[in-house]
Amino acid sequence: MVSAKKSLVGYAFIAPWLLGFLAFTVYPFLSSLYFSFTRYDIVTAPVWVGGANYRALLTGDPLFWKSLGVTFQFALVAVPLAIVFGVTLALLLNLNLRGMGLYRTIFFLPSILPTVATSVVFLWLFNPAIGLVNRLLHAVGVTGPEWLQSPVWALPSLVILSLWAVGGSMVIYLAGLKDIPTHLYEAATIDGANAWQRLRHVTLPMLSPVIFFNLVMGLIGVFQYFTEPYIMTQGGPEDSTHFYALYIFERAWRYLDMGYASAMAWVLFLLIVTLTGLLFWTQKRWVHYEG
Amino acid sequence: MISELTRPKRQAVPTVKKSRSLLGRLSPGQGVAAHLLLLLLCLPALLPLAWMVSTSLKPESQIFAKTGTSTLATLLPHPAQWSNYPTALRAIPIALYLDNTLLLCAFTVVGSVLSSALVAYGFGRLEFRGKTPLFLLMLATIALPAQVTMVPIFALFRWLHWYGTYLPLIVPSFCGAPFYIFLLTQFFRKLPDELAEAARMDGASEWRIFWQIMLPLSKPALATCALFQFLGTWNDFLGPLLYINDPKRYTLAYGLQQLLSTHGSEWASLMADSTVFILPIVVLFFFTQKTFVNGIATTGSKN
Repeated sequence: MVSAKKSLVGYAFIAPWLLGFLAFTVYPFLSSLYFSFTRYDIVTAPVWVGGANYRALLTGDPLFWKSLGVTFQFALVAVPLAIVFGVTLALLLNLNLRGMGLYRTIFFLPSILPTVATSVVFLWLFNPAIGLVNRLLHAVGVTGPEWLQSPVWALPSLVILSLWAVGGSMVIYLAGLKDIPTHLYEAATIDGANAWQRLRHVTLPMLSPVIFFNLVMGLIGVFQYFTEPYIMTQGGPEDSTHFYALYIFERAWRYLDMGYASAMAWVLFLLIVTLTGLLFWTQKRWVHYEG
Repeated sequence: MISELTRPKRQAVPTVKKSRSLLGRLSPGQGVAAHLLLLLLCLPALLPLAWMVSTSLKPESQIFAKTGTSTLATLLPHPAQWSNYPTALRAIPIALYLDNTLLLCAFTVVGSVLSSALVAYGFGRLEFRGKTPLFLLMLATIALPAQVTMVPIFALFRWLHWYGTYLPLIVPSFCGAPFYIFLLTQFFRKLPDELAEAARMDGASEWRIFWQIMLPLSKPALATCALFQFLGTWNDFLGPLLYINDPKRYTLAYGLQQLLSTHGSEWASLMADSTVFILPIVVLFFFTQKTFVNGIATTGSKN
């Protein structure tokens, strides 16, 4: 048992976080649950409406389901692709060659640039009439799609932008690859494993904790995906990029429907807890922590 | 050293070529192929930025030239119209936005690094009741989406009459950031005990040990956190969007978005301002790459 005086010193050191945690996490977390059962426009006091917000959300709001669908669609495509691209790039950068530092710099750079700026730049790149992408496609004889202005292509355009910034997770994978003990590869070679088998039975299992980490954080990130659609599409065309986080924002700050937005936020929270829980449950089948 | 010298030499396995990595040593041909592939991948990574700079220097006629008329040469500005930059810098008061952004960066960097270090010292080097559950709780908040707490925090700041000021963007950073606390806790745990123990023997308080011994030893880790926070504040859009209403207080990120929403087809100006907004980050990145990469790499390791 730690003495009371010692504990007091410890608490003094963590006090900034503890106070912030109470004021900016615990209190808002609980009061958003309360707000979710009220009608609240932030100017006047909240009025208790029971489960009306949740009922309206689940039964009378097509945009709620649409935004959920958009978010899931994006998650199902962008998150796995980010893993494939991130791991592949990291594998390439982990080769024993000169100049890897420079490549790493180039692939990593896009991930740290301001989202507002990269969104504006990609808006311009994807301009259907005069943007670079369609200019290049035209040069090879292809008529490019309308990209962000097409209900079909807007979401894939955002996936492309998200993959452009895949460098952040690439660096995490690269660090994971460097942590794999070389004796495992030596042992595998002695057992006659070829490169593919070494990838399949040494590299990927040893990398699985990092992949799992990026999977969970990527999924949570998609549910918070806001700035890009806000700047590039405002949810359009035809709500094809109306992401969940964007819809919460609109409900809260455009329509001052804070109670409804809080109900949406809680649905989001429960969804994330469930999905993360499911991922953790699958973890023992494919994530290897030994070694 | 000695053990290395006296250790019996490893027996070479004559028949199997041992590979110490996934592919082992590449043949020259494979090396060239890998370089070609990597160079090819650099193209999509860099082209958007090159197009941004190129557009920022183009005259209107060239920006709006029909797609069919473009050749490789038209990808470059011809001639480079440098006057786009003064025009773009007049389109939004970018010097003012830069001041505002740097002010926010300064406060949030100092606030979050100092408070995170303090908290991390508590978690990493001190013993107190409930430490482990509190630490886990702190880690769990990293995964809590901002959307869940956004409305009540907004209501709280509005009630405090902080709406429209920088306080909602600055004050929370003084409560430490879970991610930095985590990074610094890991760092503090690895520091040797001897110095702190000696100081404790001499009657130094925990505060003095933290301030005079531990902090100076942790400069690299503190630099990583400072860098992340600088970047986070520089890039932040949602914060200013929620709390800033006076155009005189806009940050670069918010100002650029405003320019887009009011002058959405003035691509030369938009690209010039984007370049001005991005360039400091690129320069910063080239000088501090190691700090960046090491910091991010810690994220995924060992839970």
